[in-house]
Amino acid sequence: MKEKLDVLQGTLALMVLKTLDVLGSQHGWGIARRIEQISGDLLAVNQGTLYPLLLKLEHEGSIASEWGISENNRRARFYRLTAAGRKQLQTETSEWERTAQIIERFFKVKAEDLP
Amino acid sequence: MKFLRRSLIRLKNLVTGQSADQRLREEIAEHLAFQTEENIRAGMSPTEARRQAVLKLGATQAIREDHHAEHSIPFIENLLLDLKYAVRMLLRSPGFSFIAIATIALGIGATTAIYSVIDATLLHPLPYPNPAELVRIQDDLPGVGAQDVGISVPEWRDLESSGIFQSVSVSGTGADVNLTGSAQPKRLSYKHVSPNYFAVPGVDAQLGRTFDPHDATPGFNLEAVISDGLWRRDFGADPHLIGKALRLDNDVYHVIGIMPPGFRDLGSTSEERNTEVWLAAGMAGLPFPPPLRGTRLHGRTVARLRPGLSIAAAQERLDALVVSLKKQYPAEYPAQTSWTVRLTPLSESVVGSVRQSLILLFGAVALVLLISCVNVANLLLARASLRGREIAVRQALGAQRMRLIRQFLAESLLLFLLGGIAAFAILFSTRKFLLQLVPESLPHMNDISINWGVLAFGLALSVIAGTVFGLAPAWLMSRFDLMGTLRQEGRGSSGSREGSRARQILVVSELALSLVLMVAAGLLLRSFWDLFTLPPGFNPDRVMAIQTWLPGPNDPTADMYRTATQESVLVREILRRNRTLPGVEEAAVGDVDALPLGHSVPNPLPLIREGIETMDNQAPAIDGPIVSPEYFHLLGMSLERGRLFGDHDLEDTPNVAVINEAAARTYWPNQDPLGKRVRLRLDTREPLSPAKPTWTTIIGVIADARMESLADAAVPQIYRSVYQHPAKDLVIFLHGQLDPSAILAQERSQVQSIDPELPVFHAETLKEVLSDSLSVKRFSMEMVALFAGTALLLAGLGIYGTISYVVNEQRREIAIRLALGAQRGNILKMVLRRGLGLAAAGAGLGVAGAIIVSHLMAGLLYGVSPSDLPTFAGVTLVLTAVAFAASYIPALRAMRFDPITTLHSE
Repeated sequence: MKEKLDVLQGTLALMVLKTLDVLGSQHGWGIARRIEQISGDLLAVNQGTLYPLLLKLEHEGSIASEWGISENNRRARFYRLTAAGRKQLQTETSEWERTAQIIERFFKVKAEDLP
Repeated sequence: MKFLRRSLIRLKNLVTGQSADQRLREEIAEHLAFQTEENIRAGMSPTEARRQAVLKLGATQAIREDHHAEHSIPFIENLLLDLKYAVRMLLRSPGFSFIAIATIALGIGATTAIYSVIDATLLHPLPYPNPAELVRIQDDLPGVGAQDVGISVPEWRDLESSGIFQSVSVSGTGADVNLTGSAQPKRLSYKHVSPNYFAVPGVDAQLGRTFDPHDATPGFNLEAVISDGLWRRDFGADPHLIGKALRLDNDVYHVIGIMPPGFRDLGSTSEERNTEVWLAAGMAGLPFPPPLRGTRLHGRTVARLRPGLSIAAAQERLDALVVSLKKQYPAEYPAQTSWTVRLTPLSESVVGSVRQSLILLFGAVALVLLISCVNVANLLLARASLRGREIAVRQALGAQRMRLIRQFLAESLLLFLLGGIAAFAILFSTRKFLLQLVPESLPHMNDISINWGVLAFGLALSVIAGTVFGLAPAWLMSRFDLMGTLRQEGRGSSGSREGSRARQILVVSELALSLVLMVAAGLLLRSFWDLFTLPPGFNPDRVMAIQTWLPGPNDPTADMYRTATQESVLVREILRRNRTLPGVEEAAVGDVDALPLGHSVPNPLPLIREGIETMDNQAPAIDGPIVSPEYFHLLGMSLERGRLFGDHDLEDTPNVAVINEAAARTYWPNQDPLGKRVRLRLDTREPLSPAKPTWTTIIGVIADARMESLADAAVPQIYRSVYQHPAKDLVIFLHGQLDPSAILAQERSQVQSIDPELPVFHAETLKEVLSDSLSVKRFSMEMVALFAGTALLLAGLGIYGTISYVVNEQRREIAIRLALGAQRGNILKMVLRRGLGLAAAGAGLGVAGAIIVSHLMAGLLYGVSPSDLPTFAGVTLVLTAVAFAASYIPALRAMRFDPITTLHSE
């Protein structure tokens, strides 16, 4: 079995925000499942760490929560993206893309390409 | 920004901390439920499903702790814990807590109370914008020994155009005026002021306007600005009062403005009555004397400096101006008078007279605070020794020293804050009563209040005192010898050697400080007593003074009491009727200057002696009371030489006067003053007086009396007859068996049956006048005595506590000594010796401190030397006696130890 990757510092928040962006309103377990599924079980997400993060994001105003009823009739807290969260997601996404591009360029460049 | 925001969030979490943790737990439980269901669906048994779910989630507790650490402020949490613990400790020993809090409350309460007085007076003497720019200008003639001789109109103009000042205002010193037209004629205080008077402080009217500063109408203007107080009291705050007429001394003025509440007349000092009406005057043109440099306006000059100009710089420029004016007008400013103009900060003229008393009070109260803090520190140390085991155990369990110090500091801070709050609550609820203790003559008496500034001061004081005096015990407590203390198990506990040394130092300093206070109080008491028991030179027994005021309209021809002859009809009728009043044995009349110690603004006259060439503006000034002939007998002032004037000395007979011995000594040294002639006015330049100088002949010399102030024995006086010189401000003196509660009404009906327009007010016994004149001195004396008593009590408690503690510590040793056959008397001596040793050290230090302090306060003493031996000796004796008594009780207890039981219990 392949060694699972640890989640990079700070990227979990981005994943949460993106998940909520895609799914709309979702409860904690749902978010955790979704992240696992999307990563194709490649990422080792300590599911417990998700909840402090959710609290933090809520304190910072990126997400909001309210009680709701889940698909299997459980009472659960549902999170959704706020306007501020959406904006944060946009900036972080573009920043991430820029970082990724730069890293990609480093990988592609060869010695003879340098002037 | 981000940091700030995170901190805010953390702070919020601190408050909502519980709920966040709760949320986390709920969420985790929820998550587990979801996961378990999922696992069951995947075919696991319920138990296994649950187990896998928990495994997958990770360590719940660790998650919660991480979250908590990241989202809270450990410092404040610890503080809260410390506080919680401190509260528990306080509640566990309520007796200790109560004594400590009460001691602190005493110290902080007294300090805060005095601070509120200082806040209103010394710190905020001038409630105007940019008060530092306000100055008083005084003309002096040091060459002839004359001070504050007033300013002349040309000099005023010179100052205005000198470029040193923004504006220069001139006003009268303030006088009384009759307000008539209402149910009862009223006496009010008014001031004639130059039209720019209100421009100097920069305060505008709340209703209407002030005088137009550009208006320079000569003479008196018939416009009046009144105070908010007068407006509310006498006109029911009528919003349409502006433009209405006001009848003052039979002249009709129009109200043009009402000053805002709290407006204080410029430079009104403790000596001045509260001005309620301001009337504008051009200070030139009739009836003012012609604007000559030598003709000085009696009054007060107050100016606002140009912004940015310091008083020293302004004085320098002013000196240069004076030099050039002297060159320009050599005839007006002869060299021998050496005319100078002096600037003083206006605040100085307001509070200068009470500053020293207030600083003394504050010093005294600070000492009390210090002593009470020392006492509490002492108590804390004493308790520390009882808690030695607790501390040792905590240290053994790994408590860090810093943590322990913080813990103790939290306890002492809590104590001091509670003390401060208690002090404030007591002050606030007793403020009405306390204000009654403050002498009315203190400037800004009405502004004294317990306000936010005072509250902040009290709280800051509590925190600072709590930190300073909590730190030392905390430090010492945290240094307990761990092993030693634990090994002493069961043997009671003893504090470290350092702890007991610290306690002794504290007690010695307490004793020293209270000795300083007691010496100060003793010296003040002695000088006050000297003043109080001093023969004033007149007999105030069974004498009452009642005031009335004759109107002086601007137009002299409208004055029905213009001449002495006209006025004498009224005076004689008043005297005749008064003699028929029940209980009256004698009656006399005088002006306010003749009211001993009751006229705080003396109105000196220039004294021009026949045969001595003096220019008018260089004449020495002398007090010239106007009295009726019966005055001297009524007050028991004895005639030394010559004769007194009598009922036959009238306006058309030669003017005569009686002087006191001080005047004879000062102005006719080694000569017989009888028969000498003087003038008391600037005759040749006074437009209203006869052109020919009239001379007054000295016919008698009376013994000196303390008319101006009890502390001043020999102020020259020249007395003239009311039948030769009219007086407006009349005081009726009655001697006999009088009923103070009824006399005012009786007198009012007598006077008003002669002239219904005359106000009759302010009936007081001369004893009251006398005691009022000492009120500020009495106030500071009583306060310092009170503080000294408190200090002595606290010091006594301190030494008692320390000796008790020492005895307790040496229980074992004493018991062994007793068991080995020591005499009980020796034990008593041994303990007492220790107490007296502390007292001796304290007294020695205290005497040294007291000598310094008593010399600093020498200006407040009268008739007693700052190093007065009886006071020092007496105070030291009292202190030693208290220290002795305080050590005697524990010594007695030590003597009665039963060696067997004591050693058994160890």
